[in-house]
Amino acid sequence: MISKDKKYNFKKAKPSGQNFWCGGKIISLIVLFTFLVLIVLFIHPFGRPRAVKMDDYFIKNAQLQTGSNNVVSSIVFDYRGLDTLGESTVLFTAVMGIYLILTKKKYEQNS
Amino acid sequence: MSKIVKIVSLIILNPIIIFGLYIISHGHLTPGGGFQGGVIVASVAILILVVFGNDINLSKNLFSLFESLGLIFFIILAFLGTFKNTFFYNFLANKFWFLGKTIHFGINQGFLNSGGVIPLMNLAVGIEVASALSLIAVLIMSKKKYD
Amino acid sequence: MISFIFLVTIFLIIIGISGVMFKKNLIKIVMSVNIIGAGVNLFLIALGYRSGGVVPIFTNAPGLNMVSPTPQALILTSIVINLAITALLLSLAVLIYKGNKEK
Repeated sequence: MISKDKKYNFKKAKPSGQNFWCGGKIISLIVLFTFLVLIVLFIHPFGRPRAVKMDDYFIKNAQLQTGSNNVVSSIVFDYRGLDTLGESTVLFTAVMGIYLILTKKKYEQNS
Repeated sequence: MSKIVKIVSLIILNPIIIFGLYIISHGHLTPGGGFQGGVIVASVAILILVVFGNDINLSKNLFSLFESLGLIFFIILAFLGTFKNTFFYNFLANKFWFLGKTIHFGINQGFLNSGGVIPLMNLAVGIEVASALSLIAVLIMSKKKYD
Repeated sequence: MISFIFLVTIFLIIIGISGVMFKKNLIKIVMSVNIIGAGVNLFLIALGYRSGGVVPIFTNAPGLNMVSPTPQALILTSIVINLAITALLLSLAVLIYKGNKEK
């Protein structure tokens, strides 16, 4: 008697990947593509950066203040050393997580 | 793996380690540094695991110990600068006793005993990254049965 | 018009995101996440280029007009974080495989 009612009209559900619209995936991909193209059109052209004051200070003063020829190394380890400390901690935490995931013994079914 | 692969991999092991240590130690003169050199040294462990497989047991405790030692050495180097000015201060630059040759602005051929505390930090990060990646490879590629 | 490098960046990001959305194999999804990270790193480096510039290292340098060194210091951290993400995802995939094998 339930199937004869007009209120309960169950349709057969299809998985969302076999639809024509693919569950909204293609439209969101096209919207993302449009956003990325608009971002690239509005920044500075390739080869002429606009904000160069900090980089000019680093190139001019890195050899005298830190004593190393490599400006990138002196930025990573001397001017911005705290970010390197955070990155080492991230690597350490990742290794700890992998160690805990992959060396787990099976639990016994006890009460 | 066949016999030729095993013998050649044992021969090529040592120059790879030395090349990785060269890139770590010259981090303040040429492109490279701690992270890049650490990855090169870690590829030696992956080579051994791929060639030999189940015949060799690489110990996990040794790699874990060296990784912790590298990170502790890095933190100690960061704290040693607080007696002068701030946290992470370069207390060995322009000082003329261990690593402090003064370098003026310009193109030069590169001197090895310059750079302050940067080569020591490169060494600490290199040891840490090498042992961390070797530990990841040993954990993923181990063929133990779970019981 | 858009320069060639930014087109490659957009291409890499779109391929990575469409790989996460449309594929069903676990290893392919993990590799697509890695491709997104590589595309973002390329975009950050391409922002700091100066026309006719050389590598910002003073040892036997061919000139004094150098590119910006700050984005290169930023992506060193970003590469290590991408490595940590990929390693954790792969270990989860290994755990799923070993858990389903005995059934």
